[in-house]
Order: sequence, then structure tokens, then C-alpha cells
Amino acid sequence: MAERMQFEYNVDGGNFTRAGYASSEIKKILKKLNVDLAVIKRTVVASYEGEVNIVAHAYSGTIYVDIDTERIRIRLQDEGPGIPDIDKAMEEGFSTASSQVREMGFGAGMGLPNMKKNTDRMEITSEVGKGTTVEIEIVLK
Amino acid sequence: MKVKEIVKVLDAKLVCGQDQVDYSIEVAFASDLMSDVLTLKNDHVLLITGLANMQTIRTAEMSDIRCIIFARNKKATAEMIELALENEMVVLECRYSVFKTCGLLFGAGVKPIF
Ligand SMILES: Nc1ncnc2c1ncn2[C@@H]1O[C@H](COP(=O)(O)OP(=O)(O)O)[C@@H](O)[C@H]1O
Ligand SMILES: [Mg+2]
Repeated sequence: MAERMQFEYNVDGGNFTRAGYASSEIKKILKKLNVDLAVIKRTVVASYEGEVNIVAHAYSGTIYVDIDTERIRIRLQDEGPGIPDIDKAMEEGFSTASSQVREMGFGAGMGLPNMKKNTDRMEITSEVGKGTTVEIEIVLK
Repeated sequence: MKVKEIVKVLDAKLVCGQDQVDYSIEVAFASDLMSDVLTLKNDHVLLITGLANMQTIRTAEMSDIRCIIFARNKKATAEMIELALENEMVVLECRYSVFKTCGLLFGAGVKPIF
């Protein structure tokens, strides 16, 4: 494969029909690159929970994907309300999700903890009233 | 258990994946909570659910789940079927409740994950 590949996808807040489109594209790319199937699953489960968070909790966002021979890096950056207490948000079961989000099968406060479990590095930065950035990294070798 | 046996046990309707009736599932998991499904590590999982929307199919796609049963007469929309076909999934619909669906499959020897 090329030494380094970069992609980006826009995500609309509130658009549940399209939620998962970006993660689906990421999965197709990783399959083409013959990445190990278990690694692909860890990556896209994490990116999908992050993508759903943008749809569920923010106004709009962009997912930046950066792949090289050593690792996959995904930055999920949104404009939204931000997260006032990141440690609290990381707790299993903590959720401020609306009933609409719960009707879509999410909103149990499991997304961020599961993103952490599936990745080798995860970092959240957030500014209340501005937005949130979640960076995840999966090591390939 | 093979898809064609599942269809028989549940008197289910095969909505898509007619060419995959010999696909074999190893374990089954029932949930309407997609975040729960996204924590599974197993291969060849059968998903039994009462949640029929695009996120159900997306969740299966990310989790490498190739067979979904919608219980209690929940229907897959055309858009859901299109996405399922793209991902070579088998989608079944059955009229029984999630409870009865699970009971029948368990009785027929399908193993749980936990
Ligand atoms: N991108 C985001 N913007 C604003 N708040 C967020 C974002 N992602 C997560 N959160 C906050 O963190 C909480 C926990 O997130 P998560 O673990 O994914 O659970 P859930 O999305 O099911 O509520 C959310 O309920 C929300 O309050
Ligand atoms: Mg979430």
C-alpha cells in the first residue's frame, strides 16, 4: 500500500439514517488494504460509536482518517455542546442521550467506554459550547 | 445451526440472503441495544432483535454479523434490505416475540454467547 493515506467524511448531527456511513467507508478501505479482520472490527466499532455520538450529541462534524503502515488514526471532530465533565462521560452507564437516540438502539452510556476498549490510544478534548474532538489510534504491528 | 434450519424452527420469512441458506451461525445474542451488540467479540453471531431500523443493519455491518432475525413482526424497510444485501447479510422476519424466538432456538440447540 501507499505509505500514507488520508480521508475525511462529513457527519450531520441528528441524521440517524446516515449514521454509520463514514465508518462503513472506513471498513471498505481497511478491507481493501487487507488489514487483519479482528483489527478492522475493533477500528470500525470504535469509529461507529464515535460517529453515532456526533449524530446523537453534536450539530455537525468531520471524521479524519489517517492510515500508514504502522497505525490507523481517526479524529472525530465536531461542533456541538461539548462535554462538561469528560471523566464522567467516560463512565460506563453515564448518558445524556435523548429518547430519540435510545429508540435508535444507543444512549446506554456504553459508547465512549467501548471505544476506549477497542483502541490502543484514545484522547478526548472538549470545549463547552464549541465542540468535541475524540482521537483514537489502533496499532497495526 | 444453518439459516435454513432457523427458518424452519421459527417459521420465518427469508427477506434477503436466499443464496446463503447454508450459512451456519455458531452462537446467538438477543438485544435491542446496539451498543451492547457492539461489545461482542464472537464470530458467526446470530442477532435476534425487536429493533428494526438502519442502525440495526449498520451495527451488524460493523460487528461482522451476517444473520439478523427481526422478531414480533418487525419489518425491514427497502433501505435496510439494500444495505443488508450490500453486506451479504441474511435477514429474517418472524412473528414470534423475542422471548419465544429465543426459546425456540435455544430448544433447538443454538448456543448463547454468555
Ligand atoms: N461528541 C459529543 N458531544 C457532546 N457530548 C458527547 C459527545 N460524545 C459523548 N458525549 C457525552 O458523553 C455521554 C456518554 O457517551 P457514550 O458513552 O457514547 O454514551 P451515549 O452516547 O450512549 O450516551 C453522552 O451521553 C454525552 O453526554
Ligand atoms: Mg454514544
